Amino acid sequence: MNKNPFKFKKYATSQIYRVRPKDIGRPDEEKPNVPEGIMTKCPNCKKIIYTKLLLKNFKQCDECGYNFKISANERFAMLLDDGDWLEYDKQLTTKDPLNFPGYADKLVKTQSQTGLVDGLVTGKGKIEGSAVMLGVMDAAFFMGSMGTAIGEKLTRLFERATEERLPVIVFTASGGARMQEGIFSLMQMAKVSGAVAKHSEAGLLYITVLTDPTTGGVTASFAMLGDIILAEPGALIGFAGPRVIEQTIGQKLPEGFQRAEFLLEHGFVDKIVPREQLKHTLGTLLKMHSYCGENQI
Amino acid sequence: MDITPWEKVKLARMPLRPTGLDYINQIFENFIELHGDRRFSDDKAIVGGIAFLGELPVTVIAQQKGRNTKENIARNFAMPHPEGYRKALRLMKQAEKFHRPILCFIDTPGAFCGIGAEERGQGEAIATNLAHMMLLKTPIISFVISEGGSGGALALGVADRIYMLEHAVYSILSPEGFASILYKDASKAEQAAHHMKLTSKDLLEYEIIDGIIPEPVGGAHNDKEMVIKNVKGILEEELKNLLTQPIDQLLEKRYQKYRKIF
Repeated sequence: MNKNPFKFKKYATSQIYRVRPKDIGRPDEEKPNVPEGIMTKCPNCKKIIYTKLLLKNFKQCDECGYNFKISANERFAMLLDDGDWLEYDKQLTTKDPLNFPGYADKLVKTQSQTGLVDGLVTGKGKIEGSAVMLGVMDAAFFMGSMGTAIGEKLTRLFERATEERLPVIVFTASGGARMQEGIFSLMQMAKVSGAVAKHSEAGLLYITVLTDPTTGGVTASFAMLGDIILAEPGALIGFAGPRVIEQTIGQKLPEGFQRAEFLLEHGFVDKIVPREQLKHTLGTLLKMHSYCGENQI
Repeated sequence: MDITPWEKVKLARMPLRPTGLDYINQIFENFIELHGDRRFSDDKAIVGGIAFLGELPVTVIAQQKGRNTKENIARNFAMPHPEGYRKALRLMKQAEKFHRPILCFIDTPGAFCGIGAEERGQGEAIATNLAHMMLLKTPIISFVISEGGSGGALALGVADRIYMLEHAVYSILSPEGFASILYKDASKAEQAAHHMKLTSKDLLEYEIIDGIIPEPVGGAHNDKEMVIKNVKGILEEELKNLLTQPIDQLLEKRYQKYRKIF
């Protein structure tokens, strides 16, 4: 057998240099000559979208409905009346409890890259006139993983809400627990769940909105504890990530497994709400729960 | 004798170590196992029921490993499905209703990862246990007897007192899983174990647990009776203490126990 068949030109040239007739005269199509940022490509259906249009459409692809990632601050602006809100514990950060090698440096780097102190923003504002405590996770920060900073901020948010007798809405987006904080991250699951339980015991409303992705320790704690659990279309929601499950059971997972629609089907999500309807849906739910027994039909 | 964290992981996984049922059978009398979550099935990875501790009726719940492959397959290697956690919660609520203290024996690599577990809400089952255990109006004591892996362990671990056996490990994830996530290489588990701070000594220093139950040289399997007797001693002592506390005070302390972890 010939060791290197490619040294024969006829093998190498026939495919590589073939010009398709329809490509002639359209050499620039692959690289449109537009300034950076004006157009955005949908990672799902690959459609090129006018960025301004995308923003107007709540960062949803108008072709396939794909939900682009939204930062915590964008979410606050999108939901709260007049974009007006009071932020809590903005500077709260982790103490790096395990003194984990390389973690402190990576934190500083991620903080300067994202402009966030950790992966959760909390605050108080109004949605369609109803006062609410809001927590929004930001997947851009360590994949939204939950460590002590997120656990502490959320616990404080729930404690404030219990004290001020306000409902809480939390948007989840998380790859799970923050590995670098080890057992301390794990314990945040119990800590936050405890604060949620006390808030619930006080008869107050808690709504979670599960966004892509919501997995691991976040799913196994506050994400699944809402009185009402909403989800964004197509969001990946699960305890174990799909890769881990595939490795464990040694088989491919079915299409749509662990997507919001799958969870709705199996009874773990109350309603899937597209972004343009979120504010109104939440506003209506808040109004429905402001009844204190004094209203008449 | 210094034992490295990785050696402890291997010790904790030894099939010869006493399992949940060994503790149950030797500490308590008249154990009656109660089965099923009343929703889907009976998960054999978790054993639960009622027994006497002396004259005191108690609810006991344990994650159960097998001693051999056949037993382990039946027990799913002590990796519970959602129905296991729901069974545990059902028995805990029952304990609350009848004013029985709850004793949990933790020994799991983690909650099971699989299609059925996801379909039936593994995350929801664990989350519900965490929230409910925080408010259960009866004393809870948990023992990490061998392996305490991730949320699957914590779902039996929200308690008034948490003890670990000397060579048990308790961590956010198995060292293999940890290495696979952080180093993208599961074979770096030994290195991961070193940094994870998963030994009883580490966790006592961090005040995550309340105490350590010493093991004989070489590990608990070398003198099971002594280890189980030690566990029983701690259990009796702690229960005496917890049962005298007013329930509101107990619950506030339970909340603060986790609240302060930061």
